[in-house]
Amino acid sequence: MLDRLTFPQPWLSLSLFLIWQFLSEGVSGGSVVLGLVLAWAIPQLTQGFWPERPSLLKWWRMPGYLVHVLRDIVVASFEVAALILSARRPRSAFVVYPLELTDPLAITVLAGTISLTPGTVTVDVSDDHKSLLIHALDAESDEEVIHSIRNRYERRLLEMFE
Amino acid sequence: MMHPVAEYAISALLLIGGAFTLVGAIGLARLPDFFSRLHGPTKATTLGVGAIMLSSVIYFSASGEGIGVSEILVTVFLFITAPVSANILAKAAMHIDVPPAEGTRGNPWDQ
Repeated sequence: MLDRLTFPQPWLSLSLFLIWQFLSEGVSGGSVVLGLVLAWAIPQLTQGFWPERPSLLKWWRMPGYLVHVLRDIVVASFEVAALILSARRPRSAFVVYPLELTDPLAITVLAGTISLTPGTVTVDVSDDHKSLLIHALDAESDEEVIHSIRNRYERRLLEMFE
Repeated sequence: MMHPVAEYAISALLLIGGAFTLVGAIGLARLPDFFSRLHGPTKATTLGVGAIMLSSVIYFSASGEGIGVSEILVTVFLFITAPVSANILAKAAMHIDVPPAEGTRGNPWDQ
């Protein structure tokens, strides 16, 4: 019984606890107790989804990566808005993207980044985790899509995770 | 009394957010097939809602009710969940063989 009372992922527990304090109206006895319960229960319940520890080695590079992605979201949003409002028919394409990343968390972050940056949505991950299927809204060529994702995002993630 | 600069910033951000949300909705109506329609709403939420949230943060900071940490958290949650829902929608569409628009290069794979 007592061995269940552990925090298998201390960092996740700490972030959950802090997020709960920010979400509640001011820190109080109640929010601390509920925060502790959540910080214990959520990692315990989701432990099955993390077969191996995520290996975020150079976490201090994360803020730089987020700023980079945010800037791309803004720039590319204008491009997609222009495309939607123009009369031109979009040149859509399904692109198979060969992955260099192997860490599951890193692949998830990359897939999320691809979906968030306008113009591309991740459709699926292949069963062997070696490629992503991407739908591009408007792409001149597959190589162009692969090249820009490789240089803009995957390189940086590779440095962070592996 | 709020500082005029803050008021201008809030108005500008609200207009930008509204404009992008509108463009996302137009995209939903105009784009040719399911897969490209996915792009409209996921993108409008990222920039449109981001701008509206930022204006809310400025409003509550400028009116002296403390920094809006919860707005920032809402934005973070949105940025985490939007790609996941887009991914699930696209995957579901692929599994029930929704046809891509004519002229789409490449094919969704079968596994």
